[in-house]
Amino acid sequence: MISHESIEKNLGLLIVLTILIVSIGGLVQIVPLFFQTSTTQAVAGLTPYTPLQLAGRDLYIREGCVGCHSQMVRPFRAETERYGHYSVAGEYVYDRPFLWGSKRTGPDLHRVGGRYSDAWHAAHLMNPRDVVPESNMPAYPWLDRPLKDDAIQQKMRVLNLVGHGYTEEQIAGAPAALEGKTELDAMVAYLQVLGTHAPKN
Amino acid sequence: MSDFTHGFWPIYISVITLVSIIGTWVFLKTQTTRKLAPGEKAELMEHTWDEDLQDLNNPLPRWWLGLFYATLIFSLAYLALWPGLGNFAGLLGWTSLQEYQQEVKTAEARFQPVYAGFMKQDIATVAANPEAHAIGRNLYLTYCSQCHGSDATGARGFPNLTDHDWLYGGDPDTLKATITDGRSGMMPALGEALGPQGTKEVANYVLSLSGRKHDARLASAGRQKFAENCAACHMPDGSGMAAMGAPNLTDKVWLYGGSEASIIESIAKGRNGVMPGAAQTLGTTSNRDAKLHLLAAYIYGLSQQK
Repeated sequence: MISHESIEKNLGLLIVLTILIVSIGGLVQIVPLFFQTSTTQAVAGLTPYTPLQLAGRDLYIREGCVGCHSQMVRPFRAETERYGHYSVAGEYVYDRPFLWGSKRTGPDLHRVGGRYSDAWHAAHLMNPRDVVPESNMPAYPWLDRPLKDDAIQQKMRVLNLVGHGYTEEQIAGAPAALEGKTELDAMVAYLQVLGTHAPKN
Repeated sequence: MSDFTHGFWPIYISVITLVSIIGTWVFLKTQTTRKLAPGEKAELMEHTWDEDLQDLNNPLPRWWLGLFYATLIFSLAYLALWPGLGNFAGLLGWTSLQEYQQEVKTAEARFQPVYAGFMKQDIATVAANPEAHAIGRNLYLTYCSQCHGSDATGARGFPNLTDHDWLYGGDPDTLKATITDGRSGMMPALGEALGPQGTKEVANYVLSLSGRKHDARLASAGRQKFAENCAACHMPDGSGMAAMGAPNLTDKVWLYGGSEASIIESIAKGRNGVMPGAAQTLGTTSNRDAKLHLLAAYIYGLSQQK
């Protein structure tokens, strides 16, 4: 058995053993997730985000929506009654990074797709109080400006490296898909696709 | 049922977990010095720093050492009872899904009798019931208030439900159909067909229908254009058609605003007010039909108030 003294006095050994000990949790809890069907296979019907949705998702990140809105319906009745089916891992396979969030100042958004009309989202983002007088959500009036996302093709190529599987045709068509759209359009497109492939009951 | 893509992974998890626990036990055992006898002095460590700084190799306090062993025993008991070791489900057979389903079942057992009573009554009867009204109000605030407002008076583009004016009809069956399947407004953009002048003329004719301030010359020029382009849905007299959701233009209710500018915008760009159906919104609940029934009754009740 290695004596405590030999570990303390041998820095290299101390480092190796420390890394070994610290990594055990990750080796057991994280690594196997990459080899599980439920975490790596998309739920039925789920496809990678379209260019417009992808741009909208980046705006969602830019505006910090994740700070107040979670995207994770937990398997509690109180949540499924309000939002819909609880979230499952296979819904997030095209989310890099995932936007689960950890705080709900506003409601969860993982089932928001299709819940409101596009017009509602537009009005609500411009000024939430126009449609929900009690709302404490900030307004995002600047979203009503032309969408500029020069890196969209690059983003799609990078996501292909981790298996999103955009075709060359889709990548080539991406700038055209964003042509003439506003940031608002992109954001609404993203919000409206959230949770539309939730498991059915 | 294994969720793992290969049989190696459950073994990998179990082995590392158990080896870590056993390894910790062995480590604790080998590194613990024995308890000192009364009066016995702790062993002095060899190194001396800064001339006179010395270390005594005192044994760990027993209660503290005991806590370490207790955590190890706890971890083994936990792994035996709950899932954690690869595919081993645990002796209790607990899953989060089961817990959720149990919660839903308990709630159903509690609420189903209440719902069942209301399901036997027609919507007008339910609407008059104070208990149903309270439930309906909760449902309304959860699923409907974001668009129609917590007081149900709506907002621009989102109909007021308390004003006795209905686009698609306010009888119980129509209300239920609207809530269940949603509605999709379909007023086409007529700006190009009418041209700026034509749009202005029609707008003034529309203003004249409800007796609002308008330019009589423009309005009379718009009469014929209205008959050609608008009357098919809004009816020749402008009284609207519930089957199409085409609003009555002769009353004082203006969903998108009744100013000349708003009306011109409506004509030029069209209006496509969309109400999503509650089929998705009501989500996973097994009481969907009862909720639709109670919601329809609540909304119907709103229109019965003075």
